Amino acid sequence: MTDKVVPATRTITYRQALNETLRYELEHDEKVFLIGEEIGVFEGSYKITAGLLEDFGPDRVLDAPIAEEGFVGAALGAAMLGMRPVVEIMTINFSLIAIDQIVNHAAKMRSMFAGQVSIPLVIRMPGGGGQQLAATHSQNLEVWYAHIPGLKVVAPSTPADAKALLTAAIRDDDPVIFLENLSLYSAKGEVPDGEQIAEIGKAAVVKTGTDLTIVSYSRGTTTALEVAHQLEAEGLSIEVVDLRSLRPLDRDTICASVRKTGHAVVFEDDWLSYGIGAEISATIGEGVFDFLDAPVRRVAAAEVPLPYAKALERAALPSAADLARVVREVLNISSTPNDK
Amino acid sequence: MPDVIMPRLSDTMEEGELSRWMKQVGDEIHKGDVLAEIETDKATMDLEAFDNGILEQHLVAAGALVPIGEPVARIGDGSNIVTGSAAPAAPTAVADKAAVVAPPADAAAPVAAAAPAPAAPAPTATPTGELRTSPTPTGELRTSPAPTGELRTSPLARKIGREHGIDLHTIAGTGPQGRITRTDVDTAILAQASVAAVPAPTPAAVVPTSAAASAAADSVDVPVSRIRAVTARRLTESQAVPHFFLTSVVNVERLVDFRAEVNESLAALGTKVSLNDLFVRASAVALRAHPEVNASWGDGVIRRHHHVNVGVAVATDDGLLVPVVTDADQKSLGAIAVETRALAGLARTGGLSLGQMTGGTFTISNLGMFGIDSFTAVLNPPEAGILAIGAATDVPAVRDGVLVSLPTVKITLTVDHRVLDGAVAAAFLRDLVTLLEEPLRIVL
Repeated sequence: MTDKVVPATRTITYRQALNETLRYELEHDEKVFLIGEEIGVFEGSYKITAGLLEDFGPDRVLDAPIAEEGFVGAALGAAMLGMRPVVEIMTINFSLIAIDQIVNHAAKMRSMFAGQVSIPLVIRMPGGGGQQLAATHSQNLEVWYAHIPGLKVVAPSTPADAKALLTAAIRDDDPVIFLENLSLYSAKGEVPDGEQIAEIGKAAVVKTGTDLTIVSYSRGTTTALEVAHQLEAEGLSIEVVDLRSLRPLDRDTICASVRKTGHAVVFEDDWLSYGIGAEISATIGEGVFDFLDAPVRRVAAAEVPLPYAKALERAALPSAADLARVVREVLNISSTPNDK
Repeated sequence: MPDVIMPRLSDTMEEGELSRWMKQVGDEIHKGDVLAEIETDKATMDLEAFDNGILEQHLVAAGALVPIGEPVARIGDGSNIVTGSAAPAAPTAVADKAAVVAPPADAAAPVAAAAPAPAAPAPTATPTGELRTSPTPTGELRTSPAPTGELRTSPLARKIGREHGIDLHTIAGTGPQGRITRTDVDTAILAQASVAAVPAPTPAAVVPTSAAASAAADSVDVPVSRIRAVTARRLTESQAVPHFFLTSVVNVERLVDFRAEVNESLAALGTKVSLNDLFVRASAVALRAHPEVNASWGDGVIRRHHHVNVGVAVATDDGLLVPVVTDADQKSLGAIAVETRALAGLARTGGLSLGQMTGGTFTISNLGMFGIDSFTAVLNPPEAGILAIGAATDVPAVRDGVLVSLPTVKITLTVDHRVLDGAVAAAFLRDLVTLLEEPLRIVL
């Protein structure tokens, strides 16, 4: 039965998976180069590019000035001429400086120039709160990019997906926004050896279940799995769908799951209004209305600029307890006392 | 002379604010004079007079919002001058009208505010930020009872109800705000499938309230699962059925050998037949030969079924489930073995569909694997019979003058006496025993 060779796996961190993938792509395609603030000598603010300047030199690993619009624009120009730049923006918050390059140029060129150019550009950037970096450095702005036709937006939740989706992103001929998450960099997981290329636009059912579907992505998926396993012990069978790609969105996988379970909760790190969950809810309403046994609910960040104070920050971010509570509400099950 | 009306001053204008009167009551008006300033959605513009005369009355006060076409002033020959009094009255009415059109601008805010409304029983009150979880339906929906005749159901409940011909108006909803959910419809379908003559209690009635006995500190109240609630109700109904038991001892010497032989030949296919599969198949064959047993008590009639569908009782962590092997008389032993194992697996993981649990015409309950010698099973309404199978036990027997050890199984048939009399049931059981003792006939 198992003719296919199952690749060996190693347990490594999300950070290491990204680092190794960048290294592999630099080795195997001379058109690939990296550019960003502090990614060379300093090896990246989050050490994703550790050792790469030393091994590939300053022509392949470029330290850029603190000028996001400038270096994103430079990478975009290089991509138009056939290079495969991988940009690191220190956090998604700073991408707002470069948003004109991303939204008005990278996303539009292929269409506006009638396919004469493609933009094989990857922009890596972490988002997410929980590190006491305060309101301007803790945002989840994924919908800003997931809204834009012409971009692809991926948000891996595991080291294995970090590897397979980054490989796919670098080899994709269109601009890909590669969303990392500050709280995932040290997360460990099994990663298969050898080339792994994910299909961008495919969600994954990371846990099967029959009673309710939790839809999430990036950091949220790890929380969703934690809650699903916790509720499993109470006899609830929860399915977890990891979106992996926010654009294109794998509506089929979402709908197939909810068609089976009849209940859905979206767990998202962004703000509720106009967020990822709104799109998922609409998808479910349009796709499998007749199979819904309860309204789709969303668990998202409080609608405030994220506070700096530790306790307030924790309270404003969506938590496992919030998710468990809403799951129970949707299933019309009263909470257990230890669930506040 | 016509009244001066609020003119349309822009394409998108629906109403204008008369911000300031430029002419007072009693003033002489010439065509083209500016009577007032009008603030529209776009700009402040002049309201000019189209007639000559005396301004007799302001119909609205300064500051009033006036829809297009409504009169704002009256110009006449000066014989009907009205000062003061009439003016305040008009704007009030107009203002009311304006308020009716205004809400859309505000709509967003009240929605957001609805979530943490104190009246709401929703447990969504989070420490910070009203909107961290999506609001459940608005306050009024939560608290006010549904108007008579209006159904609150989930889309899934409607769909299942449609497919099974269930009138949702006859069901009590147990979901939030009395919503009818899949659980309620499933319960109703099971109730419908049971004896029609026995009025089904509402689903709510069978769910015990957890508060009932929780006062006792030396006991613990275990919430009743849906499966157990349905089981409890249906078995209680079943006790109203006049029934009797018939027991036979089956010599399974050849059946055991036969099974070993079958499994040997099936080994290559990776399939295995259990004794229980043989009982299912044998019962199905016997039922086909005895259509009077493959029947149920219906609304004043005895309903004989065209299909032989044998239910197999499966113990799960949540309670007893009876998945059904449909057309068991037409399926091979191997097919029954594979299907039964799949159904039992689904039963244990909670994956059985309603369709896989309904439509049975006879049931088999086997406690042999638990070492039970014999027992009586409770009828599974509306079916007329259920067969209880005990453990295979070696008993001493005399054969050709020699004492031998003989494997036997005690089987007990429970019968709905309304459908079957003792002699008819006995004939069925006798034939079943013969099949089991001459197992080749099971597969013929």
